[in-house]
Amino acid sequence: MKYVLLFVDTEQFANDLEAMGQDERDRAFQRVNEWFAEHAGKIRGGSKLQPADTATTVRLEGGDPVITDGPFVEGKEVVSGYAEIEVADLDEAMRMVKSWPGCPVVEIRPLES
Amino acid sequence: MTPAEQPSHAELARVVREHAGRLATSLVHVIGDFSAAEDLVQDAVLAALERWPADGIPDRPDAWLFTVARRRGLDVLRRESNYRRKLARLQWPVQAEPDDRLRLIFTCCHPALARSAQIALTLRVVCGLTTAQIARAFLTTESAVARRITRAKRKITDAGVPYRIPGDDELPGRLNDVLTVIYLLLNEGYVSTSEHAHSRDLVEDAEWLAALLHALMPAEVEVAGLLALIRLHRARVAARFDPDGAIVLLRDQDRSLWDRQAIAEATRLLAQAARRRDPGPYQLQAAIVACHAEAESWQATDWEQIVVLYDMLLHLAPSPVIRLHRAIAVRYVEGLHAAMAELGSLGEELDRYHLYHATRADLLRELGDADQARAADRRALELTANPAEQAVLRGRLAWD
Repeated sequence: MKYVLLFVDTEQFANDLEAMGQDERDRAFQRVNEWFAEHAGKIRGGSKLQPADTATTVRLEGGDPVITDGPFVEGKEVVSGYAEIEVADLDEAMRMVKSWPGCPVVEIRPLES
Repeated sequence: MTPAEQPSHAELARVVREHAGRLATSLVHVIGDFSAAEDLVQDAVLAALERWPADGIPDRPDAWLFTVARRRGLDVLRRESNYRRKLARLQWPVQAEPDDRLRLIFTCCHPALARSAQIALTLRVVCGLTTAQIARAFLTTESAVARRITRAKRKITDAGVPYRIPGDDELPGRLNDVLTVIYLLLNEGYVSTSEHAHSRDLVEDAEWLAALLHALMPAEVEVAGLLALIRLHRARVAARFDPDGAIVLLRDQDRSLWDRQAIAEATRLLAQAARRRDPGPYQLQAAIVACHAEAESWQATDWEQIVVLYDMLLHLAPSPVIRLHRAIAVRYVEGLHAAMAELGSLGEELDRYHLYHATRADLLRELGDADQARAADRRALELTANPAEQAVLRGRLAWD
């Protein structure tokens, strides 16, 4: 089955990352790279996203499109990246995500087949 | 079959429970789709509950249910030629398979499903309850239960929740989810017995599930612990209510009404588990209840042992409510002042918990402080009148 993993940053996580020294931050990124390398066989695509303040939201509900600056939900948790994976079932996806060394929240969403 | 003999509700429940889960596993096996299989089982169960009260329970209820489910399947799955072909080839008796109900249980209690959905699904799929029976037991509407189940089944299919027994690395956590579901059924049934005596006895379902799990996973000591806990509660149920249906506190119960043999058997089961020297929260709770169940009277209770068991329980699962219960036992070991001191450290966390104030009132009265005792009682009463607190009460451990 195919799923998209939505990686979600929290304000706390961003602050923690900010507060790290260069070496520590390099190591954190290194762990994330290792995770992607380890699961390379199951990852079909994906990317890190630019920060949420670069987002533009267009609302098409009723009348003229309304364009606003920022992500579609304003909140302390923002989607910061995504990966498409192909695994046997939800258990395998959950196992993968449990070892994710990056941001503190990950949503697993199945793709429509 | 003997049509003259009208089966009782309990008998119907027992027979359906014995066969519904097995039928579900055979159908999942044949058509390979959990959700479709479950629908057919529910249809067969509904047909049985309609027919059996009048016709009597057939000699082979499993074959009867199977035949109805198969016929129904051929009918409703008309468009799904794939399932239909598989079903059409299927004849009774189905090939004997090992008991597959563990896969069923673990799927129903998958952590990707909400707890309430796990409970509803387990009752329907594994125990063969109808949607209406579940709604009555939880004092909610049929449509609410149906929605919950439909949504859960859709998620199982669409999100790829596997139909399998978890691997060794995941098993402890996953088993814990299953035990939690059974424990919540025990709690729900335990607090509601007096409120709606005519609805389904969920404690019986909880015992049946725990016994099934114990039979399928005999090496899991916490399963044995939970089964013993449920049986110790059931053994004493006759003394829990007075003739008017009011709850009788443990200390005032007529212990001659307790089923001594059932208590002895449950205690043996627990002792067997304890020999593996792998204590867990359910074994410890059962051990505490066993101390009460084996005592001749409130006064003759082995309070020292109970305090030790609470210490172990707190070590594994720290919680202010457990500390409160420990304090009650401390009263009989170290005295009123020691118990009062224990309560003192809980005041902040349990200020909104009525049992905290009721316990405090009890101790203050014994210490001769009638004014303070009355104030604490009033506070307890305020809190129980609050519906939100009643909800907390429902969720609390059933300690008596």
